[in-house]
Amino acid sequence: MIIGERKPIQEILDMIGEHDKILIAGCGTCVAICMAGGDKEVSILASAIRMARNREGKPIEIQEHTPLRQCEWEFVDELKDKIKVSDTVLSMACGIGVQTLVERYPEAVVYPAVNTTFLGLPEEQGVWSERCGACGNCVLDKTGGICPIVRCSKSLLNGPCGGAQDGKCEIDPEVDCGWQLIYDRLKVLGKLDNLTKISPAKDWSTGRDGGPRKIVREDMKL
Amino acid sequence: MKSGSNLEKILSAGKFAVTAELGPPKSADAEVVYKKADILKGCADAVNITDCQTAIVRMSSIATAAMLISKGLEPIAQMTCRDRNRIAIQSDLLGASALGVKNLLCLTGDHQKFGNHPQSKNVFDLDSIQLIKMVKDMRDEKVFQCGEEIKVEPRFFIGAAESPFADPVELRVLMLAKKVTAGIDFVQTQIVYNVEKFAKWMELVRELGLDKKVYILAGVAPLKSVGMARYMKNNVPGMDVPDEVINRMTAVGKERAKEEGINICVDVINQVKEIKGVAGVHVMAIEWEEVVPEIVEKAGLLPRPKIG
Repeated sequence: MIIGERKPIQEILDMIGEHDKILIAGCGTCVAICMAGGDKEVSILASAIRMARNREGKPIEIQEHTPLRQCEWEFVDELKDKIKVSDTVLSMACGIGVQTLVERYPEAVVYPAVNTTFLGLPEEQGVWSERCGACGNCVLDKTGGICPIVRCSKSLLNGPCGGAQDGKCEIDPEVDCGWQLIYDRLKVLGKLDNLTKISPAKDWSTGRDGGPRKIVREDMKL
Repeated sequence: MKSGSNLEKILSAGKFAVTAELGPPKSADAEVVYKKADILKGCADAVNITDCQTAIVRMSSIATAAMLISKGLEPIAQMTCRDRNRIAIQSDLLGASALGVKNLLCLTGDHQKFGNHPQSKNVFDLDSIQLIKMVKDMRDEKVFQCGEEIKVEPRFFIGAAESPFADPVELRVLMLAKKVTAGIDFVQTQIVYNVEKFAKWMELVRELGLDKKVYILAGVAPLKSVGMARYMKNNVPGMDVPDEVINRMTAVGKERAKEEGINICVDVINQVKEIKGVAGVHVMAIEWEEVVPEIVEKAGLLPRPKIG
């Protein structure tokens, strides 16, 4: 899922500026599960903003609403009336949600209250980590199901650099060496042979390097 | 001959090779380069020019290499995958070749987190193995990475680095084998202090016959102090400094530490020279280039052979 993290309160207050009628729009999907922008976080942020503004003697009117998803037209339609009466919308969705609102409500001023950090999973309660770089050309079949693009700090495709020590990455002793994980996994699978094959220069054009990406499926069009 | 470099000639004549290292300045000061070049002249067959090592901005490796050529030294330009994509790398290599650079060391590159611009974006369009393959195809197949023909191809004697001490150990020899398959001609290893461990790695290298396919130069470096020895042991990835070395550095006291560091370096050279399959040494004395002549002399490796 998409993992996000709420921005610092001061940065959010600076975005709001002098506006005094805002809507905080959460999202009930990914960012709710990673506890960054669900309805609970929406009300916490609303309270924090109210308190800060009251302290400054500039009270603010805040509406709160969290649709199930902020990245699909039909789910953001329910925000229509609330957006109409607000002078600013703070989106607590990922960057996709923010842009969905901008495109659906071109007259509204929408600001992001969450940093979209990565595609990953909750490793345990309170710990999230990256698993996919959305490179558009999956290699997990060759690497024992462990992604070298995001698990290796240098996105190497042919094995580890010389910087790994005790199974940890050179950038941080807390970070596992992605290629150590791949090696261990391929050993268990009896597929160490995979490591002897040279992986050719990757075609990055299927990733962000190829420009904004789009999928058009004629078979699915109405 | 692949590139006809002096290093290639020395190695293919079966002579024990000596390479040294020159760290370009963190400025536009040409004099620094010329001074270091003067020191190293005559005591190494070729000199590595680092490419923004530890991700710190320094004078470009290829520009520095060209300056060395003008002073009659042979450079080994270094190229990392960190800062350039395949377009920039190939462009720089055409230029390097046109400037007379004949040796190229292909590296992954240290992560920018260590350097003076930790907020920069890294590239890693290619990894070191893909880089090696690209450079070899440019030379031997006369094609760019995209497959287009090159009319006048850049010809490099291609090298790589390898770390006999990094983890996972089982993978390291396999990585070397992969670099050999990709197309290297020589290897310079991480600094050897633990000769026993290095000898075991060489055994594995010989088992795979890799020493017959490429020239292996053992990396060595003089220690300046016991503090440096401890730092390397504990903080430098892929480095193995045995207690015996630390004890030797401690035993002589502060005043004689540098002298003992040089002695240890010479001892390591003498030991690795005896290991079957070792074709030379790579003396790394970054920011201490002035001791290289003394080390090479004490190791009995002077004068350097001249091959026409």
